[in-house]
Amino acid sequence: MPWYLELLRAIAGTVLIFSGVAVVAAMFGVLLERKISAWIQSRLGPKHVGPQGLLQTIADTLKLLQKEHIVPRNADPTIFASAVLVVPLAALLDYVVIPFGTAGGGRPLIFRDLNIGVLFFAATSALVVVGILMAGWGSNNKYALLGGLRSASQMVSYEIPMGLALITVAMLAGSLSTVKIVDAQAHWWYVVEQPVAFVIFLIAATAEVNRVPFDLVEAESELVAGYFSEYTGMRFALFQLGEYGEMFAMAAMAVTLFLGGWRGPVLPPVLWFVIKLYALIFVFMWVRWTLPRFRIDQLLGFSWKVLIPVALANLVVTAYVVMIVHR
Amino acid sequence: MLLDWGYVAVFAIVGAGMVALPLLVIWLISPRSNYPQKFETYESGVPTIGQAWSQFNVRYYLFSLVFVVFDVEIIYLYPWAVIYRDQGPAAFYDALIFLGILALGLLYAWRKGALEWV
Repeated sequence: MPWYLELLRAIAGTVLIFSGVAVVAAMFGVLLERKISAWIQSRLGPKHVGPQGLLQTIADTLKLLQKEHIVPRNADPTIFASAVLVVPLAALLDYVVIPFGTAGGGRPLIFRDLNIGVLFFAATSALVVVGILMAGWGSNNKYALLGGLRSASQMVSYEIPMGLALITVAMLAGSLSTVKIVDAQAHWWYVVEQPVAFVIFLIAATAEVNRVPFDLVEAESELVAGYFSEYTGMRFALFQLGEYGEMFAMAAMAVTLFLGGWRGPVLPPVLWFVIKLYALIFVFMWVRWTLPRFRIDQLLGFSWKVLIPVALANLVVTAYVVMIVHR
Repeated sequence: MLLDWGYVAVFAIVGAGMVALPLLVIWLISPRSNYPQKFETYESGVPTIGQAWSQFNVRYYLFSLVFVVFDVEIIYLYPWAVIYRDQGPAAFYDALIFLGILALGLLYAWRKGALEWV
């Protein structure tokens, strides 16, 4: 293929993924969150804009577009402004390696099947913390700084059990390419072989996206809005895009690694992927509206004293079993 | 291989442009008003005292330091995991020694109280 066609294809793919994530993950995700929280709390939730409140988030986005944006006098203007770009971009970079299904002829529907896909995902999802720290530090606001620092210590702590869970899957599949990992699950899903790694991944993912019960970063009762306290209007919306984009990316990765990706009987592959994705998203939201928040010492202790030893033990046991089986 | 990273680079550059697009829109259409109180740092409604750029709890550093050790460990394990299936038992015992040393490190940090939030 000539270079300009490749370039065009890459640009088209990027635009498609970005708008897809903005609409499906951020806009619909926010609505879903409000509807599910309402359902769990026996309320109705948004109901007036559009049929059954379907257009509520669009109305909110339009409202945010018209809002003034304020840069506090004491803030560092460069860091303050660039943090807004880093968080959503880092969240969306995850989608490079996520296979959404198959196109005609069994070709996987993925932006680029990198041979180090899983490692790339671990790297880009960790990049979000840089943006959050930039926002917290750049705002020169005490709440924001505390939120940013908590986020840094929390996300680095949960990075390790997540990495160990990813390694066990890579070991079973013998590859880091996400497409090859999905192919390796043709017989049974890795959640059957690796239930411990799956649970560790889900817990770590909840912590990585700063959701309840790990939402100390933006604990509204103590830190106002945490690291984005000073952000107004569309910048606030971009942080929301980053947050929901990251949550959907984590769920999509869990589907890819443990739930067989797009594989499933009868229905088309993309539909299977979406069904599994939304099932996991529902679990995230269900947890959010069920559990109370951790304290910071409990949070860090849980990662270092429970999850990491369990993940290490799981890795060693898996390695041993793989060795016996392949002997 | 190089083409793969070309795609990733295009994704990052075009993506940054797409994220910046709404910022351009608000720069064009958002209202502006100007009075000194508006640009104060938010502090629950009372006048801001001092700067936020000051000392904070040293515990945050300790966790970051322990993290660096373990993250490097994980980086070493990725290539091992990919080729593990086709290697003999030696690969298992080598990794066991490597993980054992790190587990000792974790125990040491634990006993020393580096993992306590005081």
